Formats: sequence, structure tokens, C-alpha cells
Amino acid sequence: MATSAVEPNIDEKQIISALHAATEKLEDHDGELVLDISTVRRIDTNAVRALEELVQLAEGKAVKVALRGANIDVYKVLKLVKLDTKFSFLNGHGQRSTKLENFHAEPTAK
Amino acid sequence: MIASEVVQERVQIPLAAENLSTERIAYLDQLVNQAQTAAAVFTQFSQDDVDRIIKPMVLAGLEQAQNLARLAVEETRLGVMEDKVIKNMVATEFAYNYVKDKRTVGVIREFPERNLVEMAEPIGVIFSLLPITNPTSTVLFKCIMAIKTRNAVIFSPHPKAWRCCSEAVKIMYETALKHGAPEGVFSCLESHTLQDNAYLMRHKDVRLIDATGGPSAVKAAYSSGKPALGVGPGNTPVYLEKTADLNTSVVDIIISKTFDNGTICASEQTVVIDDEIYDAALKKFADLGAHICNEKETKLLERTVIDPQTGFMQPMAIGQKATDIARFIGLAVKPNTKLLIAPIHGVGREHPLSVEKLFPVLAVYRAKSVDEALKVCLDVNHAGGLGHTAVIFSRNDEIIRKFGDVINAGRVIVNSPGSVGALGAVYNDLVPTFSFGCGTGGGNSTTDNVNIYHYLNIKRLARRTQNHMWFRVPNQIYFNMNAVDNVRQFPSRATILVTNPAMERIGHVDIVRDRMAPEAHLHVLVIPDAEPEVKVVMQGVEALNFYKADQIIALGGGSVIDAAKIMKLKYESPAADLEELAAPFLDLRKRVIQYPAEKINRARLIAIPTTSGTGSEVTPFAVLTDKERGRKVTLADYSLSPDVAIVDPQFVMSMPKGLTADTGIDCLTHALEAGVSSYASAYTDSNAMQAIRLVFKYLPIAYEQPRDEEARSMMHNAACIAALAFSNASVGVNHALAHAFGARFSVAHGRANGLMLPHVLAYNAAVPAKFMPSPYQQGYVAHKKYAVVADLLGLGGQTVEEKVRNLIVAVEGLLDRLQFPRSIADLGISRPEFERAVPGLVKIAFDDPSWRSNPRMPLMSELVELFWKAYEGRGARELAPAQRKTA
Repeated sequence: MATSAVEPNIDEKQIISALHAATEKLEDHDGELVLDISTVRRIDTNAVRALEELVQLAEGKAVKVALRGANIDVYKVLKLVKLDTKFSFLNGHGQRSTKLENFHAEPTAK
Repeated sequence: MIASEVVQERVQIPLAAENLSTERIAYLDQLVNQAQTAAAVFTQFSQDDVDRIIKPMVLAGLEQAQNLARLAVEETRLGVMEDKVIKNMVATEFAYNYVKDKRTVGVIREFPERNLVEMAEPIGVIFSLLPITNPTSTVLFKCIMAIKTRNAVIFSPHPKAWRCCSEAVKIMYETALKHGAPEGVFSCLESHTLQDNAYLMRHKDVRLIDATGGPSAVKAAYSSGKPALGVGPGNTPVYLEKTADLNTSVVDIIISKTFDNGTICASEQTVVIDDEIYDAALKKFADLGAHICNEKETKLLERTVIDPQTGFMQPMAIGQKATDIARFIGLAVKPNTKLLIAPIHGVGREHPLSVEKLFPVLAVYRAKSVDEALKVCLDVNHAGGLGHTAVIFSRNDEIIRKFGDVINAGRVIVNSPGSVGALGAVYNDLVPTFSFGCGTGGGNSTTDNVNIYHYLNIKRLARRTQNHMWFRVPNQIYFNMNAVDNVRQFPSRATILVTNPAMERIGHVDIVRDRMAPEAHLHVLVIPDAEPEVKVVMQGVEALNFYKADQIIALGGGSVIDAAKIMKLKYESPAADLEELAAPFLDLRKRVIQYPAEKINRARLIAIPTTSGTGSEVTPFAVLTDKERGRKVTLADYSLSPDVAIVDPQFVMSMPKGLTADTGIDCLTHALEAGVSSYASAYTDSNAMQAIRLVFKYLPIAYEQPRDEEARSMMHNAACIAALAFSNASVGVNHALAHAFGARFSVAHGRANGLMLPHVLAYNAAVPAKFMPSPYQQGYVAHKKYAVVADLLGLGGQTVEEKVRNLIVAVEGLLDRLQFPRSIADLGISRPEFERAVPGLVKIAFDDPSWRSNPRMPLMSELVELFWKAYEGRGARELAPAQRKTA
């Protein structure tokens, strides 16, 4: 896989603009895009829509999008709108969480 | 029922959405999607976030109450504007007053004493049908509920109330959005059709349907396969009982029946008036503006306001003023007439005005008795109003309660107006609502006034709770040599000494007799030395009654003491049913049958054991044989424990070797089983361990040197101490196996226990196939406790496994030293005979409550295996599974 591009520390207040910027970045990118949302406490409907757009575009370009540091409340929102299956999730240390869709990934070393 | 819904009864809401265009479906999907996103985002909101949004919404609703009321009346042509203003204000201000301090996010209720916490989970997307009768007030109310509970709502107004409803939704939405609510939290269907409703009711992302509407809408909601809140039709009966305050009652009825021109479905429909006050009541109604119809006028009303085809109210009359109705049908009334009252003589199709009438027409009925009144009210209740509302005006509390008891109504309003009373929070403490649940009577899922808690999924966080435990023992135990001297201190007029023939023969009875206080009259009752039978027990009770005994002394082994316990029970509580008291139970705290607390007679029970085994002198158990039915009856209750135990070794000095060994091993089994029981505690462990230590040290000596006083004394104490342990911690699977086997093959209890013991030790020490679900046990510790026993006995070993093995070896060694048979086969029971018996043994053992405190839950197949191991006496230390047939 090509190297991942990382968008570090997306600001909660500017999450919409950050997501739009990330969406634009997809134009020039292949491989994986990692968005660091560890400082985002919560998301509103606009952010949800922006994530939906991002996902749609990424799927079209065969780019995988990973969200790093999503807190449980944000994760729940994504689950309720059925966006959770469209992203992979990394913890704060950049390790992939073991979800069913990542079943084939290599287990992390103890 | 609502007029349009009456019409729509004949035009059912479709149960499937057909013929919807692609564009329409896309529109509906987009609405749901938007609501779903809003609901999802809403889950992140805290209680403070939510409460910050509600208050401005309420204020906006109050400010617009008049405007919305006017819009509603203009559009629907129903009701009274001024009354709709009040409805709008109740829907906002009163609703806010109810919800403002309620927790609806995160932890909503805590029960610290139960280690339980309730938490809130929002529903998600709610599809809400709105009525024509209370259009805007229902919107205001539901919007407040939805925000308070973090839900999104798609509203579907009644087609004839669309404008006023959508205006109400708009006001609520804009205010909510301004104060931080997620975008899309409310939406209102535009120019929708029944097909739209059907589609949305079945939409996969709609989580709840809230149908405030007519029966067809409610039926469609419940048929959709989604969770639904519905309402039912009303036909409110009113009982105006003779003790009522007539002034207040009549005014209340008029208030209610004319409120919003009678459109609230909880309003009074038929007033049943006691004969004694009937005329006075009608006069008061007339004085206050009601027109009392004569027979001809009543017939006119019947023909005009009720549809003769369907028997339902005519739509044209709904929500109209009394004077307008009168004019329309050609009935001459005074200009300020508020209400048309029509006397009726029954309920049903022959009495058309006995149905629901959502307009200011009231039926009245003269009742000659309370009984007749209640029956007529019940008839009205069943004539289309089941589960809804009923009203009673009375000052007779007994009649009020009787009324509430017989009527099937979710709301029984007492001494207040029905409609406004049912709304809640105005005249009473009912939860305010605009949706009246009618329960199963109305085809609904609740009888509640629908409120915020119906917009939540309530989760319960249940922490592990350990019940308090106990250590209950007789409050007097005297022990060591000559402890029997203590009987002198117990005053008694008449004492019955229960004993067996051997005790008399060898002079033990005389020992006791000589120790009694001089004034005590002692009567000796000799019973057979076997498990007591009912017949024997009743003979003892007869003797107790004859002598009016105030004291019982039981001198003998476990059987004699058990018999005395049961005699005391029946003597003190003659009505006690032994069969009933022997009912099985799982948890002593929760048992169904309670032992009698009331006692007609009282007798102190002193137990003097003459074996060092059962420990019956301190236990709460007694076993009885019911020879007639061929079964054993086990009684268990702390009230059976003797009052005094006298553990005097002089009574065991002459115990034969066989009995010494059997009862000694019984004692050891008690202690080992209590030690690993799931009910074991620090209190019982200390007793169990001490008893084990004493048995290992002194039983061989007592067996080999029966005149050794110290050994006998220590063993006698050990038996009592072990019993203190198992009286509170219970026993285990060893006893279940031994009971079954011993009864079937007439083997002494201690011997039967001994045959099982090494195998059960190995079984309990191994990793279980099935753990015993017990809140008292933390983790699996039986093997570790056996290791502690091994350490206590100085048996050596480095690991837990080694120590367990050493313990088993030590137990086997003890059994050998006591010349115990080491296998069932050694008893001369043939293999074929045993093989035939095993299935029955397993069934009986599994029925035995003893194993329920075992640390390892026994499977039937494992019981089979244990029986066979005991049969063959294979070394328990091998710990290898057997290949045996299952039961």
C-alpha cells in the first residue's frame, strides 16, 4: 500500500474546513488517508455530512480513510448513521482497532 | 374517536405503501436520513445541553399559544379558540414544569441500596401522527418531549390540520435550532398521503411510531411491526353518586364537556346519576345553562347527531357549539345554552346516545342503586371506551375504590372534570400529556399518560450484589464432660424426654433424670431408633399436649433429635402442614413457604446427642419418613434449631466401633463440604477447619480406644462444630449422592458418605465442566481450599495439585484405618443390580437440594460417573474420567 497521508490534530472548531481540505487532498492521493480527530469532542450534522462526502469521494478514488483517536461519543454517532463501516479506526497510538472488517489484519504484538 | 378517523374507518390506512413514485420515496428517505443524522448527533448532548434548548422552546410556545390556537380553529373548524389557548399553555408550561427537573441523559435514577442504576438511551427517529382535535398542543408537547429525550421527530399532521401543525413545528424547530439543537431534529410532512404514512411507518430507520389519532391510525401503527405508542377511543362513563358535592360536580361536568366543545376524548359522555339526586342534578344543569331534552327532543338528537348506519357520532357535530348543533337539527334552545342533555334508559345500539360524542351533548341515566350505577358505567366503558377514562363524583371512599376496581380505564378521575383532569397536572398529579394510553382495552401498549419516559429506552446497570449472610446457631451450647448438669438450670413444669430404647437400657435416661430440677416432672417417650415417621411424631405431639409440656429433651442420635424438632413444631403450631413446609426451595430468603411464627404453645427444646456425627443438636434441619407415601420429607428452617445443645461426651463413651466410624466420617464430610460450599464464609470456614483438624486427630483414637475420654470429647465437639459450619454453609454433592445411595441400599448415612468422599474431593478439585452460578462465590476456589486443609493437617506438597492429592490420600488412609469398605462392590451389591439402580439414583441425587451449594455444578452424567467410581472404588487420586453410560 502507498504511504499514508496524515492530517494531524483536527481542531473541533474547524472540523468542517479540515474535512473539506482532506477531501481536496484526496484528489492527489492514493493509498490511505489518516485523519487525526483525537481532539474532536463531538460532531454536528454538518460534520457528518462532510464525512459522508469524504467517504464517497474516497471510495471513488479507492483511497482508504482512517480516523485516528475518535472518542466513543463520536464513534457512536458514526455507528448510528452507518458510517462506521466506511472508515477504519486507529487508536491514539496509531494502532488499528480489531473490528470484524479488519479480521484479516495481522494481530498487534503484545 | 375523531370525526375524520370515523370516516377513515371505512378508508383504512394502507398497511403497505404502494404506488409511491420514486421521487416521493426519495423525499421521504431524505427526511428520515436527515432525522437520523440529527438523532445520532443528539446522542452527544449532555443534560445541560438539552435543558438549555427546552426552556426557550417552551417560552416560544407560550408566546405563540394564542396565534396557534386561532390557526387551529380556523383550519379545523373545530373547538373553541380560548380553550385551545389553554391547551397550548398546558402543553408547554405544564409539560415544562413536569420535565424540567427530570434527568433524561446519562444516569437518570440511582438505587444505591440495590447496586442498580438506570440510564437513558434515546429512541432515535420517531414518526408522529397528529390528531385533528388537539393539533397544535400535541405538536408543542411532543417537541418538548423529543428534545428533552434527544430524539428526532417527523410529524405527520392530520390533512385538515396541516397548516396549524406545520406552523407549530416551525416555531419549535427554529427555536430549538437557535439554541443548539441538531439540524433536522424536527420535520413536517408536506401534503402527505396515507401512502406516505404507510411508507414511513415501515421505514427501516424509523424506530418508534407515536400515533395520536383515530383507531385506524393506531391500528396501522401497531401493524407496522415497529414499536408503537397509540391511543384508543374513549367513551367516558361518569358516576354522580349521591354523596357528591352537587354544586362542584355539575360545574365540573359542564367545564369538561364544553371545554374545546367536547373534543378531548377523555370528556364525559354518559352521566349515571343516583336516583336520590337525579332531579336536583338536572335542575342544577339547567340553571347553569344546559338544555334538558324531553323524550321527543332526545329522539331527534338520536336521529341526527348519531349516524344510524354505523352507530358512531356524526362528523358534522364534532367540536361544534351546543347552540349550533341545536340550530342545525332544528332544536329550539335558549341562546346561551352550553350543553344539550339527553336522558337515556340503557346502553347499546338501541340507545344511540350512549356512544362517544365529541361535542356538547351529554347522556344521563337515572340509577336506582349503587349496583345499577356501577353496571351501567361498566356498560358504557365497554361500549367503545375500554382503557380510556372514567369519572366519579363521590365522597364515599369505598364506592370510589369499588368504581376504580371494576372500571377498565387508564385514568379514573375523582371529583374533577374528566377532560382537563385526564390531561394531568391541572386538577391532579397525573403526568401531563396529550396522548392517553388505553392499554390492551384500547389496543395499546400502555395505559400511561404518554410522557418522556416513553421516548426513552431505559438501560439498567446492575452491579454485582452480594446478599448479606448470616451465622445462626443456638444461643446456648454446653460442652465437655458432665455438661448435662446444665439441665438443672432450665425451669420446667412438665418435660417430655424423647429417646430410643437403647438410651433407657444403658442408663442414659437416668443420668438426665437425675440432673433435672426437683420440681420438674419428667415423662419419657421412647421411640424407635430410625428416621422418624409421621405416626411417631404425632404420638409425641399427643404426649406433649396431654402433659401440657413446656420443655422437650431429645436424648439420642440424629433421628431422635429430628423427631423431637418436628414434635415441637407441630405442638407449637398445630396447623403447620408438614408436607407444605417441606416444599423445595433454592434460596432461603426467597422461599415460597414460610414457617409459622404464631405459636399456640411453647416448649424449650434441649438436644443431647448420643453420637458424634450428625450435629442435629445445632442444625435447622429435620428429616421425616412418610411411610404411607414411601418418601422422605426434609424440613429446613432456623426455627427448628434446638434452643439448647448439650454436647456431653459421657453419652458417647459406649458408642460401638462401627457407629463411631460412620458418624465420625459423617462429621468429616460435613466439615469438608461446608468448607468448599458456595455459601462458605469466614465464620463457617473457621468452624469447618477446626472440625476437620479434630476428626483427623481424634477419630482414629476414638475408634481404636473407645474409652479414651479426650478423643471422645474432641470428636463430640467436632461433630457439633462441623454442624455449626454446615448449618450455615450447607453441604454439597457428596450428601446428595449419599442420601440417594443410602436410602436405596439401606446403608448408614456416614458409611454412604465415606464411600463417595474421596471421589467427590477429586471431582470438586478439578476444573468444572460447569461452574455453579452463585453470587457468594468469587472465582473457583475449591481446590485452593482443599490445599489449605492439607496445609492445616501438615500433609505437605508444593503445588495446589500436590496438596489436593495428599488430602485425598489422607482421607483414604483414614477410611482404611476405620476399616471402611472402600467400594460399593465391597458391600456385596452386584454390578447388575447397581447398574439397574444407577438411573434412579441419579434422578434422586439430582433432586436433592444438597448439591445446590456445591462449588461445582454437577451434570447428570457426572453423577453417573461418581456413582460408578464409588462402586468400583477406583483410586480417586487418579483423577481420570470414566467411560460410563449416562443416566
